[in-house]
Amino acid sequence: MIRFDHVSKRYPGGHPALSDVSFDIAEGEMVFLTGHSGAGKSTLLKLIAAIERPNGGSVLVNGQNVGALKPAAIPYLRRNLGLIFQGQKLLFDRNVFDNVLLPLQICGFNHRESAQRVRAALDKVGLLNREKINPIALSGGEQQRLCIARAIVNRPSILLADEPTANLDAEYAGEIMNIFRAFHQVGSTLLISTHDESLIRQGDARTISLKHGELAA
Amino acid sequence: MSQFLSQLNGTLRRFFATPVSSLLNVLVIGIALSLPTGLYVLLQNAQGIIERFAAAPQLSVFLTLDTKADEVAQLRKRLEQHSAIASVEFVSRAQALEQLKQGSGLGDVIGGLEHNPLPDTFIVHPKTGSVQALEALRDELKSWRRLERVQLDSDWARRLEALLDFARTALLLLAALLALSLVAITFNTIRLQILTRRDEIEVAKLIGASSSFIRRPFLQFGLLQGLLGGLAAWGIIATALILLNLSLADLARLYDSSFILNQLSPADGCTLLAFSAFLGWLGAWMSVTQHLRKIEPR
Repeated sequence: MIRFDHVSKRYPGGHPALSDVSFDIAEGEMVFLTGHSGAGKSTLLKLIAAIERPNGGSVLVNGQNVGALKPAAIPYLRRNLGLIFQGQKLLFDRNVFDNVLLPLQICGFNHRESAQRVRAALDKVGLLNREKINPIALSGGEQQRLCIARAIVNRPSILLADEPTANLDAEYAGEIMNIFRAFHQVGSTLLISTHDESLIRQGDARTISLKHGELAA
Repeated sequence: MSQFLSQLNGTLRRFFATPVSSLLNVLVIGIALSLPTGLYVLLQNAQGIIERFAAAPQLSVFLTLDTKADEVAQLRKRLEQHSAIASVEFVSRAQALEQLKQGSGLGDVIGGLEHNPLPDTFIVHPKTGSVQALEALRDELKSWRRLERVQLDSDWARRLEALLDFARTALLLLAALLALSLVAITFNTIRLQILTRRDEIEVAKLIGASSSFIRRPFLQFGLLQGLLGGLAAWGIIATALILLNLSLADLARLYDSSFILNQLSPADGCTLLAFSAFLGWLGAWMSVTQHLRKIEPR
């Protein structure tokens, strides 16, 4: 499903963020991505979503070489991905429902089906009764769950989450991990970056560790 | 299609969410467009007057006052047999005086005259309307006896026509300048919108919005603003013409005339709307092309 083949990435003027990284993630697998901060976890996820392009090697998603995609093809790649990124923006000019609706509007779903899907997604993250309020009024944990709802409403086959439990207390973090496990159970492919060792020990999933931009054994 | 409509719905809501600034923008565009449009309407009216005279070129042939009736008949025969002349009308001195009384509003003055100062006149319709043929005919007739004066009636119309050509060039320049200002106004409006909606654009790109999806609301906004600006210009012109015609009616009554300025024709009005909508779209397109590229998710 996701294949990194000798991938390296260097930001202009900086040290290499990733060097010679290779791994495979099979369809339906749940994988944790760990490493100290600055190890290249975010960069790795951005390469999958074509937010960044590799300087060497190739990133394949569903057999497509993401690094070589034309700009016009990138939207169609991203519609297949659920992205839960750090510091990501909820839109505070619209309510919870409309925030989750946005991906469906982009794909051109009709009104009735969209409404059903939005409510189903909000139900999964436990925000169904908050659909009318502005996301600014939500707590940090609720905002994170709203981001997850927005990422899954489109039923993507791959879910990428960058530190989804950062800045959350243990109880919220546990809830969010449970949401991810539920997705894993229905067959989604998940790649979750975290530095929270406790989550990983609980998990039954494979771990990919990065150290200074290289795979640690 | 439904995506287009729902985005249009959002665009409309955004337009009316800030009614004052939206309407001011529309007004600025409307005023800018109403200047060339107004000039155009005046030119159209002048054009209409000219065409009424210039359409059928004719020569007025004035006879000397002492021409006798049998000489008039001879002249008429000679004119009718001339190879370059299609038809001849005769206006007698008495008829001419009567027409002048009716048409000029100077009835009282003319009634006070002791003698009829007007000559007998032939109105000559030539077979061809070309300037050379008309001038040749005029020069030939000038040499005939008993003809006091031969006048090419379309002369002044041609001079006015040349003046109008000049005015039309000025109109084109003015229209081009103000069209440019419309594009600039829209460019800037859309730039500000893109800046205030930066987060939304970034998120939309991150979750797979195609660039046409992201551009569309801005293009719709530019088109809408241009269209409403054109509508405002049309309204300004229509109101101005109604007001002008009101005072013109008084003036015309003093001259026994019923002259009024014609409104912009529906076809020209629709052209105005299409043109202004296109310019709005163009400004938005330039702005979107310039500014959206810089916004990428990080």
